[in-house]
Amino acid sequence: MGLTLAEKILSEHAGREVHAGELAIVAVDVCLTQDGTGPLAVRQLEKLGMVKAANPERTVLFIDHSAPSARRELSNDHMLLRDFASKTGACLSDVGDGVCHQVISERWLKPGDVLIGADSHTCTGGAMAAFSTGMGSTDVAVGIAFGKTWMRVPETIRVNLTGQFSRGVYAKDLMLFLIGKITTDGANYMALEFGGPAADAMPHYERMVLANMAVEAGAKTGLFSSDGQTRLFLESQDRGKDYRPIKPDPDAVYSRVVDIDLSKLVPIVSFPHTVDNVRTIDEAKGEKIDQVFIGTCTNGRIEDLRVAASILKGKKRHPHTRLLIIPASRAVYGQAIKEGLITIFNDAGASINTPGCGPCVGVHMGILGDGEKCLSTMNRNFKGRMGNPEGFIYLASPATCAASAIAGEIVDPREVM
Amino acid sequence: MILRGKAWKFGDDISTDLIAPGRYFHLRSNLEELAKHVLEDADPQFASKVQQGDIVVGGNNFGLGSSREHAPIIIKLAGVSAVIANSFARIFFRNAINIGLPVVQCDTSGIQTGDELEIDLARGTVTDITRDFTLPFPPLPDAMRTILGDGGLVAHIKKHGEFKLD
Ligand code: SF4
Repeated sequence: MGLTLAEKILSEHAGREVHAGELAIVAVDVCLTQDGTGPLAVRQLEKLGMVKAANPERTVLFIDHSAPSARRELSNDHMLLRDFASKTGACLSDVGDGVCHQVISERWLKPGDVLIGADSHTCTGGAMAAFSTGMGSTDVAVGIAFGKTWMRVPETIRVNLTGQFSRGVYAKDLMLFLIGKITTDGANYMALEFGGPAADAMPHYERMVLANMAVEAGAKTGLFSSDGQTRLFLESQDRGKDYRPIKPDPDAVYSRVVDIDLSKLVPIVSFPHTVDNVRTIDEAKGEKIDQVFIGTCTNGRIEDLRVAASILKGKKRHPHTRLLIIPASRAVYGQAIKEGLITIFNDAGASINTPGCGPCVGVHMGILGDGEKCLSTMNRNFKGRMGNPEGFIYLASPATCAASAIAGEIVDPREVM
Repeated sequence: MILRGKAWKFGDDISTDLIAPGRYFHLRSNLEELAKHVLEDADPQFASKVQQGDIVVGGNNFGLGSSREHAPIIIKLAGVSAVIANSFARIFFRNAINIGLPVVQCDTSGIQTGDELEIDLARGTVTDITRDFTLPFPPLPDAMRTILGDGGLVAHIKKHGEFKLD
């Protein structure tokens, strides 16, 4: 019986062939925590009397969720993380370095790895055929100390992609469409595996958008094969030597197969307060927007900023619509400066902030007022997410967000491109 | 083990943002304080009304979203003895077991706020004493039963020195 990507990677780490439904103890290659979950992980390790990391050079503590710190309590949490890193030799990615999922992919993760992270969007790493999954602080703490974890090998939903995006339609629209179709718990306990000719042709940064939002359908991870696109990405990070090809077996067994023809898709907007509450751009148009936020682990990459800049160039944001732009990492920020994108954003009236999560999780910067509406490139729009349960969050692609920032309301990006 | 308490009914898609809102991020290292805001964005009065031993009852996909383990921790700290739901999001379910909060999956449609509930974890039944019906629930996977039985993952590791799940 052939193996899915999930089965293949987990088999390598379990030391035996494992199949969907089985329990396995698996070796963990990379562990990550962030400043909202790391302090609890550190305290759990203290409780266990195990202030150590099995693989310090591949254990990474990120300070990205409240960075720079918004309050003294959080500054103290940051101190705890820095102290743990210096005691154990674990790596620290500090204020301004960027969002954990972006930076772990740029600098640490390799195809075929198992990555556990105390952050639900750890699944982003699946874009390079690394079995990457979000867990709680205690699970990750134990993973840090022992270099292993337990898992139930997931069943897999195979998503076959064909065709090409039409102009103005992006990976974000595809993922919102898919979640609208299978719903927010449609892949609970399962892996998503993307394949087919359009997945093979898809550049790594678009794969990251799909993998990132796998958890929004409840999935444990969202996987792509490691192939020429993966190699190109790793080479762009000066890590070409970390490349190895990984593919599912042709006779792998899937619990469900979903086929999507990219050429049939249109821009999609997810309405409050669940991600599967999706509408086509025609149904969404005209909604007044108070704030637009372009960034996050979903859509804060250089390619996203280029699309936004191409639309914002020489234009101004609508006077009633604030525009926040946050590069996902220091590397992305540096590239955006070199390409002149930051000047375009500044001239358009945007507020450009420190690489990190920014307003995504409602801790600081850009918290919504009562009744305010934010259109964002984020991955989730739950009530209260941006710091105010009286706020409303809409999700869309960077192109839709940029075009709507100019108009002050949701518009079809294809009309301004 | 038998748990008995009053039901607090919530709807579908109770996210960890509703359970432990991001605006209280700074209280994550002060769990007693954070627990005063448990489920605040689903029911602003819940933390002041809940009594020791009460049972939280959800609909579909309880605990979706962020992996913050603080969500099940503050539910437990608030005195809640168990969470019952039609279905749970994966990370929340696992976190709850890891911190020793019983989670039970069964059809909650007939349960209302205020009902007196009894959960028999060993037999795998939930009884609504107020409305006089009993529902079975599937046993936990063995690994999770072991961890919950040991009192959570930290206690499990302390007891065995490593994973001892088979
Ligand atoms: S950008 Fe948002 S979704 Fe991504 S890790 Fe940060 S808070 Fe989470």
